[in-house]
Amino acid sequence: MKNSLLYRYASPQQFYPLAGTLIPWLSVLAVLLTAAGLYVGLVLAPTDWQQGDSYRIIYVHVPAAWMSMVIYLAMAFWAGLGLVMNTRLSSMMASALAPTGAMFTVLALWTGALWGKPTWGAWWVWDARLTSELILLFLYIGFMTLQSAITDARRADRAGAVLALVGVVNIPIIYFSVKWWNTLHQGASISLTAAPSMAHVMLAGMLLVTLGAWAYSFAAALARLRCIILEREKRSPWLKEAA
Amino acid sequence: MSEWLHMGGYGLYVWGSIGVSLLLPLCEYLALRLRRRAALEQLKHQQDHDET
Repeated sequence: MKNSLLYRYASPQQFYPLAGTLIPWLSVLAVLLTAAGLYVGLVLAPTDWQQGDSYRIIYVHVPAAWMSMVIYLAMAFWAGLGLVMNTRLSSMMASALAPTGAMFTVLALWTGALWGKPTWGAWWVWDARLTSELILLFLYIGFMTLQSAITDARRADRAGAVLALVGVVNIPIIYFSVKWWNTLHQGASISLTAAPSMAHVMLAGMLLVTLGAWAYSFAAALARLRCIILEREKRSPWLKEAA
Repeated sequence: MSEWLHMGGYGLYVWGSIGVSLLLPLCEYLALRLRRRAALEQLKHQQDHDET
């Protein structure tokens, strides 16, 4: 088991150079995909017959909202794995994901407000979808604040993991809020069970930006993970050659 | 071109969304570069200290 690929890259020493190789590729991919997606969405896609050009905000709003939830799940997964398996790299990965997830949550809320104003006539409403997304932001901030308040890194990891895992309950609430409650927010743009309710070109633009956001998130999380490794393992002799 | 920027009257909302969505990742990228530089600096310090 010790030699399996999984265990090999579970050590910061092995992972550090691997992440370093991946980051430039992921960054290039992120820029290309996002640029292509925005071109499709802002130039090629037609104006929506109902919402006019304000609908074009979805090309950044939907990817940001998706990432805010996916990154939270990934963060909770790695934090939980670190808690159970006592693997320090998993916990570091959770900490590396949090700021990027928080950034996407801010973007989802910001672009949502800019869409809500012309469409609903209000920047903000205390609707189930919006409120649960705001709680997501507080969960990210809580996770980061809690971790930075505890000096001992491994204790900070464990405390953060408990908070992250409890907060997972909020994710299905965000996702299904538009079904469970009569909200002002419109229903899902894309569902796994039904054909998409939007034109193919619009869908293509949105998916391209989403893929770009994925590549960006990987690059940012890996770059931050490398910083965390440098900060935490500064007494390890292996870093002499690696850095 | 100006019609495109106008976005049927929603220009401020659309570009306000796209702009911030590009600006925040850019800020994160810059923050990460600073953090990496600081971490490497600290590491060098630590290693110089270890050697003496």
